[in-house]
Amino acid sequence: MAEGKEKTSLWHEFTKGLIKENPVLRLVLGCCSTLALSTAASNSIGMGIATTFVLVCSNAVISALRHVIPDKVRIPCYIVVIAGFVSVVQMLIEAFSPALKDALGIYLPLIVVNCIILGRAEGFANKHKVLPSIMDGLGMGLGFTFTLLVMGTIREIIGSGTFFGMQVTPSMYPGIIIFLLPPGGFFVFGMLMAVANRITEHHGGKPVEDINCACCPMAVACGHVEVGSKQPSEKCERNGSSAQNKFLRGSVPPLQDDTQPKDGDTK
Amino acid sequence: MSAYAIQLLSIFLSAILTENYILNQFLGICPFLGVSKKLKTAVGMSLAVIVVMFISTAVTYPIYSKILQPHDMDYLQVVVFILVIAALVQLIETILKKYIPSLYKALGIYLPLITTNCAVLGITQLVISKGEDYTQALVNAIGSGVGFLVAMVIFSGVRERIENNDYPKFLKGLPSTLIAASLVAASFLGFAGVVKGMLGY
Repeated sequence: MAEGKEKTSLWHEFTKGLIKENPVLRLVLGCCSTLALSTAASNSIGMGIATTFVLVCSNAVISALRHVIPDKVRIPCYIVVIAGFVSVVQMLIEAFSPALKDALGIYLPLIVVNCIILGRAEGFANKHKVLPSIMDGLGMGLGFTFTLLVMGTIREIIGSGTFFGMQVTPSMYPGIIIFLLPPGGFFVFGMLMAVANRITEHHGGKPVEDINCACCPMAVACGHVEVGSKQPSEKCERNGSSAQNKFLRGSVPPLQDDTQPKDGDTK
Repeated sequence: MSAYAIQLLSIFLSAILTENYILNQFLGICPFLGVSKKLKTAVGMSLAVIVVMFISTAVTYPIYSKILQPHDMDYLQVVVFILVIAALVQLIETILKKYIPSLYKALGIYLPLITTNCAVLGITQLVISKGEDYTQALVNAIGSGVGFLVAMVIFSGVRERIENNDYPKFLKGLPSTLIAASLVAASFLGFAGVVKGMLGY
């Protein structure tokens, strides 16, 4: 009985990242690489897999070390673990797929500062066992890959008329170049977000209206609730980032002792 | 003006206009969407980003060229850089708090957010992958920071306007913000080639 329960909860940790708590569309994490690398479906897959690998590994290690890492220096510790795995991925990609390395460019080392990874470390891995953390990392990583792939597909088909490099539109279709350029990225992301909000609303959830401290893993570390948001706690609850939520309500002490925030406190 | 000075000017201007960090390279999107609601917070955050970008490039560049590269430790780049940046940000915060409390009050709340900002790690990696020398790297860092400020200020102005407007319900919130960002980015496409045409680089 207990075993069966554990299995369903593992399955739950895995599936929640795919749609319900999709990191990009629901938690609004990792927008930079989403926007930059969704110009083609193949780039999206490459970036998604690299990020998923780092996310699973760092979640596993951070979860295994959660009783060892002192609370006060946990963010630097997490960053070191994540940076280590990013270096591993960087070397692997450089060795096995130099073309992918060129396509990902500067964004490959920037996986370190991808909010998804630090966000899951802070919001999930540091208070769950290793196996659920791995499942959470896998689900979140695949959710990220999936969103990137959807965006990459839309932008590639509209922008250059191809899908994974194959021609899918009639040859007379010139391709709307602006979809491959930065404005197209913002536009497609906005539209996807609108669709996701609409679907969520249809199922009784609340749409994501704004990005604020609740969406930022560093809010826990920085100890300041303000910066562009007035009521972050509600959004946290809905997005399932319980760590941030608890912190914002004041039940988890921030890193700096002298800047103890109160609920709704504006500095 | 000597050729080198023109080159520096070209790096500075293209960092602001044609290679704008936010609108062309998608680095630092989180603060762009999160902190751009009011002009005051947008300016505060951008000033903090300029300071941190400059100081971290000034510190990480010599670390790379004098320590990591001669000893064949390039692979440690990411780990070393992020640690150096994190330590630097903490240091700047402590120093400001102690000696310039007024500045700390203005910038202090943004500093911890900057540790994990892609723009800062991005500039330190970018100047190295571009093979720029130390002066060029520093100019590029300042230029990118100013570009960040420009994008933030423009966008906060746009956002203050759309907040009061009547747009379709399904675009409420973040989608409308993103579409506004798309239009601002499209307007920045107009700068393509301007710097090259002006300075010949």
